[in-house]
Amino acid sequence: MDILSLFVIVPILTILALVFTKDLKQARLVSMIGSIIQLAMAINLVFAYFKERAVNDSIMVFTKDLLWFKNFNIHYTIGVDGISVSLILLTSIVVLAGVFISWKMKDLPKEFFISLIVLSTGVYGFFISIDLFTMFVFYEIAVIPMYLLIGIWGSGPKEYSAMKLTLMLMGASAVLMIGIFGIYFNSNADGGPLTFNILEIAQVNIPFEAQKLFFPFAFIGFAVIGALFPFHTWSPDGHASAPTAVSMLHAGVLMKLGGYGVFRVAMFLLPEGTQHWSWFFIILAAFGVIYGAFSAIRQTDLKYINAYSSVSHLGMVLFALLMLNKTAWNGAILQSLSHGLMTALFFALIGMIYERTHTRDITKLGGLLKVIPFISAIYVIAGLASLGLPGFSGFVAEMNIFVGAFEHEDLFRRIATIVSVSAIVVTAVYILRVVGIMLMGPVKNEEYLSLPKAQWYEKLGALLLLIPITGMGVAPLWLSDIIYESLQPFIQGVLPY
Amino acid sequence: MNVSYTIAIPLIPLAVFLVLGIFNQKIKPAVSGYIGVAGLLTSAILSYYTAFQYYFIHGKEDGVFQTFVEKTNWMSFTETLHIDMGVLIDPISVMMLIVVSTVSLMVHIYSRGYMKGDDGYTKFFAYLSLFSFSMFGLVLATNLFQIYIFWELVGVSSFLLIGYYYTKPSAVAAAKKAFIVTRFADFGFLIGILIIGYYTGTYDFQTLTNPEGSIIANWASGSFMGLSILTWALILIFMGGAGKSAMFPLHIWLPDAMEGPTPVSALIHAATMVVAGVYLVARLFPMYYFVEDGFALNIVAYVGAFSSLFAAIIAVTQTDIKRVLAFSTMSQIGYMMLALGVSGYEGHEGVGYMASMFHLFTHAMFKALLFLGAGSVIHAVHSNYLQDMGGLHKYMKITSITFLIAALTISGFPFTSGFFSKDEILVAAFEHNKLIYGIGVFVAGLTAFYMFRLYFGIFWGKNTKYEHTPHESPLSMTFPLMVLAFLSIATGYTHFSEYVSPDKMGFETHLDVKLAIVATSVGLIGIALAAVFYFKPNNLSDRFAHAFGSFYKWTYDKFYFDEIYLFVTRNILFKGVAASAAWFDRNVVDASMNLIGNSTVLASQKIKKLQSGRFQDYAFAFVGGAVVLALVFIYLWTN
Repeated sequence: MDILSLFVIVPILTILALVFTKDLKQARLVSMIGSIIQLAMAINLVFAYFKERAVNDSIMVFTKDLLWFKNFNIHYTIGVDGISVSLILLTSIVVLAGVFISWKMKDLPKEFFISLIVLSTGVYGFFISIDLFTMFVFYEIAVIPMYLLIGIWGSGPKEYSAMKLTLMLMGASAVLMIGIFGIYFNSNADGGPLTFNILEIAQVNIPFEAQKLFFPFAFIGFAVIGALFPFHTWSPDGHASAPTAVSMLHAGVLMKLGGYGVFRVAMFLLPEGTQHWSWFFIILAAFGVIYGAFSAIRQTDLKYINAYSSVSHLGMVLFALLMLNKTAWNGAILQSLSHGLMTALFFALIGMIYERTHTRDITKLGGLLKVIPFISAIYVIAGLASLGLPGFSGFVAEMNIFVGAFEHEDLFRRIATIVSVSAIVVTAVYILRVVGIMLMGPVKNEEYLSLPKAQWYEKLGALLLLIPITGMGVAPLWLSDIIYESLQPFIQGVLPY
Repeated sequence: MNVSYTIAIPLIPLAVFLVLGIFNQKIKPAVSGYIGVAGLLTSAILSYYTAFQYYFIHGKEDGVFQTFVEKTNWMSFTETLHIDMGVLIDPISVMMLIVVSTVSLMVHIYSRGYMKGDDGYTKFFAYLSLFSFSMFGLVLATNLFQIYIFWELVGVSSFLLIGYYYTKPSAVAAAKKAFIVTRFADFGFLIGILIIGYYTGTYDFQTLTNPEGSIIANWASGSFMGLSILTWALILIFMGGAGKSAMFPLHIWLPDAMEGPTPVSALIHAATMVVAGVYLVARLFPMYYFVEDGFALNIVAYVGAFSSLFAAIIAVTQTDIKRVLAFSTMSQIGYMMLALGVSGYEGHEGVGYMASMFHLFTHAMFKALLFLGAGSVIHAVHSNYLQDMGGLHKYMKITSITFLIAALTISGFPFTSGFFSKDEILVAAFEHNKLIYGIGVFVAGLTAFYMFRLYFGIFWGKNTKYEHTPHESPLSMTFPLMVLAFLSIATGYTHFSEYVSPDKMGFETHLDVKLAIVATSVGLIGIALAAVFYFKPNNLSDRFAHAFGSFYKWTYDKFYFDEIYLFVTRNILFKGVAASAAWFDRNVVDASMNLIGNSTVLASQKIKKLQSGRFQDYAFAFVGGAVVLALVFIYLWTN
């Protein structure tokens, strides 16, 4: 069995095992074991990748190809480069942390864990695919369980939120499908057969008219899940209603599919379209950065704050991608990883706080640092990481983005860059607002004095996310090493236009 | 000279921080105090060793102080642009090592007494170590980005320490304010760095500040809105420095920062972190001086001069002793800035630069002493306010005497260190800019006045009846006071100009007797006036306050800058921008998404009636459709 397909097979086996579990204890044990195996595989993949990369300089390594549907030339083609390897590692970390955070899942635990693992299967599949159609299928596999996870295990107006999230993402999928078919039906422009294979399409000179037409479809189709303004509104409602682990996975991993897809599909395959449209999407992305940050200032629900913060941080990813140079791209990937870890950590902590106090309204909370010191201290650290403090991943990512973006001399991109940089101030405001109101200050509610301290599984889940955040921030070189090499094909493919 | 061992100076406090931070709950408070002090002591010994080696043995070659660098690549942006981490040893970084390690060590020792019995004792020492690590890293930085990284880290340590009493809302507000105001300034700093990185292709200090190098030579190569691009960068970088050093108009966070424990105020908000802005300008001094004939440097001079005057005026009317000291700090840093601003480059021309660093050095000692003395007083009477004090010299001999020494030093009393350093500043100002000189002299008088207002108000004046008889602080607190009092005088006798000068060659200085007489007499007048007003209880001061009327009120309320900022942030940014963004998101963006959804539902409700299930309807539709199609085809056929 090849090293990549295991990432789909192990989750499927986990699901099969879960079917036979009887109660929460068994379900979580099985999920934990499955997720630990995945994490081990992901770490192994990183080392294997380094070893393979040393001797193999093709764009994708560990490639496998199986014909799936002959009439339309659809293949199950898989392969990875440094970008997907790093995102697979991220996924495995977040999934395991999510399992720990759901350790005490009360309702229908078996079904919950099954849906969670299905979701992760879709994500892994997405990251290893290099066939557009297969990729799209995995994408849908990842998105659909969200409806169940929010609709069944959610809180608040969960049906509304689940419906909204699913419909908006489905709508985006429809748009995306137009984009993908647009690419597919132009993939014979040089006289070859129609193909869904990304690497083959990249060699084809798709006519400019087609690129111009289909780029917005491909871009928006992916960017909706990457919370591009103004298509982000599913995210605050969706996150607010979703159970903790789902928010973690969704914001931590699923939203990364957006940036990844934009980069790998829309930009890589339609370079002229990218050049043609970039100004428009730069405006949306840069505006989203500052708009999300300002919107976060006024929220009182912790999850809304984090959701808007994601709009801002992921706006930065799209912004960086559109800046079209190596440094900014490197920053975009790092920002994806960094945001994935940080936001998952935030949602985990919010879940822990909510479980204890039964509220997410920061005005009702206060002085938590005194009563639940571990959770609060980690929250402060996560906050500092989120506002881009050196020593944490966010700083490394943002600085790459800013330095890269600054390489453009034209006034338009200069202004967009400065607008994005100014987010470092606004971010500090909303983060410190939460820290000040919720964690510091006097204890607002007498009942909170007896809140239970953090449990081992909660600590484990939080540390699992915090350690890589710090690792990335203190020693950024090794990660850049993985990514930098893989940006080369994009530089050759996208920049000359 | 091999300097790689100096990397241990920041790393030891970092290790202490990690140990104390991670094993916070498990370490006994007494032990954590010792760990903290021991760590800092090691760093201090290494710093002194480095200073000795550098200044006296290996530093100078052919009469010029060398720069020693040890660095490694930390992160690459492009093939040429990267962030290094490392240490840079040159006259000013070594001088700063001495300042930071001395004051930090004294504060560590002092805190063992001051914080005794506090719940967060271990946490406090962890934060102090974190700060020391960051500050050492800042001082030793080899490039702009490294200094920015540690710049942010000292900012966050400052945030944590100001908010140390985190259950107090005022402390939380002050911590937030300090962080956000300096972050805003850092926004400028960062843009400045980005500009430098893009247009010069390096962040490295040695390359950037080489006066013969191509970067300084080609400063005019790009321009934007009438100024050279590098000038813009330097102005923006100075914005960062002004934020950290509490220069007008970014000073508003410093008085509030006094909410932190007093040892913290002494260490961070008086002696070390707040002078980072001065250090930054000094670090880039050749750029400031040579680019566009010192345009940006002039801004530094005027901002410094204005801040020093502005703060000194406010300090006269404040009644919280720590806030008086805070404004005094702002005023003295203004002094350092103005000295840098009027400095030249070569030989004796560089006296301003030298004086600025000299004053930074002496100021660190006497201002730390003032704060620690104030802390000792607050420890005894449990209040920050002058009203609650008076006549304390009877109870606290050591504190009283050391405080007097510090007050004399800051007032520039002859033969204290402040006398020498201030004299050099005034010499520099006199030679280059008479207006700034005038401001400097006036501020010297004001300084003497408010400082002795403070001294008399605390230790003499009215005989306050205390509920609990105040008593002298323990040795752990008075020992640092005595050491710093000694240093406040002794540091004046270092031949500073031989070691620190912009061209690194050193020069001789002599006391300028005429200027010294002017400054000293102004200072003595200030002290005399303060004695008249405050030595014995009387109502003179109230009558004067009354006579000044609204001006007094304006000064007392710090010219309403807090209110202005509050208005801008709360009413414009919060209620204006942020609230409308949030509203817009819910009621326009989200609503239009919902509209799409709802109209789909609505449309389907209309359409679904077509699917009625009745055979007649379908038959009618079928036949009707067929007829229409037939007509269309016939029409098309015939034409």
